[in-house]
Amino acid sequence: MTALIFLVFAAIAVICGINLVVQTHPIASALSLIGVMGSLAILYLQLGGEFIAMAQIIVYAGAVMVLFIFVIMLLNAGAETPTFQASSFVKYFGIILLFGFLVLMSFIIQATLPKTEGVTFGAFQGTAADIGRKLFTSYLLPFEVTSILILIALVGAIVLARKEV
Amino acid sequence: MTLSEILSNFYVVSLIKVALVAFVLLTTLAYLQWIERKVIAHVQLRVGPYRVGPHGLLQPLADVVKLITKEGLIPSHVNKLFYLMAPFVAVALALTSIAVIPFGPEITIGPVKTWMQLTDLRIGILFVLAVSSIGVYGVALGGWASNNKYSLLGGLRSSAQMISYELPLALAVVAPLLLANTLSFREMVNYQGGYWLGFIPKWNLFPEIVGFIVFMIASFAETNRVPFDLPEAENELVAGFHTEYSSMNFAAFFMAEYANMVTVTCVATLLFLGGWTPPFPAPYSDAVPILVFAISGLIALYHGLNPARRMDRFTLPATAVVFLGIAAIFGLSLFVPMLNTILMALFWFCGKVLVLLFIFIWVRATLPRFRYDQLMRFAWIFLFPLGMINLLATGLIVALTTK
Repeated sequence: MTALIFLVFAAIAVICGINLVVQTHPIASALSLIGVMGSLAILYLQLGGEFIAMAQIIVYAGAVMVLFIFVIMLLNAGAETPTFQASSFVKYFGIILLFGFLVLMSFIIQATLPKTEGVTFGAFQGTAADIGRKLFTSYLLPFEVTSILILIALVGAIVLARKEV
Repeated sequence: MTLSEILSNFYVVSLIKVALVAFVLLTTLAYLQWIERKVIAHVQLRVGPYRVGPHGLLQPLADVVKLITKEGLIPSHVNKLFYLMAPFVAVALALTSIAVIPFGPEITIGPVKTWMQLTDLRIGILFVLAVSSIGVYGVALGGWASNNKYSLLGGLRSSAQMISYELPLALAVVAPLLLANTLSFREMVNYQGGYWLGFIPKWNLFPEIVGFIVFMIASFAETNRVPFDLPEAENELVAGFHTEYSSMNFAAFFMAEYANMVTVTCVATLLFLGGWTPPFPAPYSDAVPILVFAISGLIALYHGLNPARRMDRFTLPATAVVFLGIAAIFGLSLFVPMLNTILMALFWFCGKVLVLLFIFIWVRATLPRFRYDQLMRFAWIFLFPLGMINLLATGLIVALTTK
C-alpha cells in the first residue's frame, strides 16, 4: 500500500517536472512546479518526516511559489512561441539517445549503490521537538548563517527596489 | 463478521465520521449565510430574509437552487483550465482543513471507541497553516484567469494580503504552542483542561490575550472579511476576483470563504479558548445548556402568546417547542454518561465557535473597510512586531519558569 502511494506520487512528481519544462506558458510551468513540491511533501511524509513535509508546503509551495506567480502575473508574461526548428531525424534520434542515456545512468547508479538496504518507509523517527532541539544545539552555526543569508537577500531586495530620493 | 466487528474496523468508523462531518459542515455553511444575513439586517434595523420559509429559514435552499439552475457562463476570453480550476482548489482546500479539528474527547458508542475527530496528526496546527497557505492560489488564479484588469488587481491584492497576514497568524499561533509544548490539537485541549483556584479555566486566553487579539485580527484578513475585504469590495473593484464567475463557480468561492471562517474560528477555539472544556467545573456546567435552552424556549413561548406579527402566532410556539425539546435532551443526557460526554463537548465547542462567528458577523456589520495601503502597513508595521513581541515575551517566561 505504501509502495503504491510512493509510486503514484513519484510518478506525479516526474510528470510535473517534465511538464514544467515542456509547457510554454509560465503560469502552467509554475503550477507544475507546485505539483512537484506537493508530491515531494507526500514522499517526505512517507519517510516519516512530517515536519519537513509541512514546512515544504508552507514555505515552498505556499510562499515562494506564490511570489513566483505574482511576478509572472504582474509582468503579464504570455505563452512563449517555441523557436526550436529541427529536422524530424534529429527529433527521433534525440529521443532514442535520451532514452539510452537514461538507461545507462540508472544502470550506473544502481551498480554503485551500497548493497545494504536502502531507505525504508517511516525510517525517520524524529518529531518536530527533536528537529528543534538538534537545530539549536548541534546545527546552531548553519542555522545562524542561513538566517544571515536570508537577511542579506532581504536587504539587497530593499536596496534595489527603493525610490531614488 | 458480526456488526460490532464491522463497526470496530478503523476504515468503517472513519468513513462514518467523514460522512457525518461533511454533512454537518455543508449544512452549517449554508445556514451560516442565513445567520449572517439576519444578524447584519437586525444590526441595520431591518428584518433580513423573511419570506422564503418562516423567517427566511429556507432562504439558503432557495439560493442553492438558484445558483445550480443558473446559466454557467464561461466567457470566451478566459484561460479555461485555470478559470475552472481556481474555485475547485479554493473549495477543496477550505473543506480539507476541517479534518484535523477535534470536536470532543474520546467516546465509546457500543463496540466502537473513537475520538470525535477525523484524524489526529502530531503536527495538526502545521497542517492547518499549510492548507491555508495553499488556499491563496485559488484566489490568485481566479483573479488572473478571468483576463480582466479588475479581477487581476483584486486577485493580486487578495493574495498579497493573505500572505502578509499569514505571518502574524503564525506568530500568534506559536505562543500557545510554547505554553503547551505540543503541536497536536488534542494535547493542546488536554493542556487547557484544569482550573485555577477551582473555578477559573486554564484556557490559553488568559496568559495569551495579546496573542488572541493578534490571531483574531490576522484571521479576519486571512479570510478576506471586513474590515479587510477590499479584494472583493463591490464598490471598489466591481466584485474583485470573482467578477467573471457565475452560478456554481461563484457559489464555490463563497463556500470557500465561509469554510475558511469556520476553520479559523475552530482553530481559535482550540488554541485559545480551551476547545470543548467548559468555563467552570463539570457538575455545575452541565446545567448551563439546559438552562440556556429552557429559558430561550420559555421566552419564545411567552412572546408567542401575544405576537407582533401574524406569522409569529405559529413560528414562536414552534421555536419554543424545539428549544424545550433540546433542553429535555440535555437533561436526559445527565443520566446517560456517554451521551452526556458527547453532548456537552459538542455544546461547549459549538457554542464557542458560534460566539466567535457572531463576532465576525458583528464586525462586518459595524466597521468600514481598510484602504489597501493602510491594510498592508497595518500588517507589517503594527501586527507583525506585536506578534513577535508576544512570542518573545512568552518564550522568555517559559524559559525562565521551566527547569
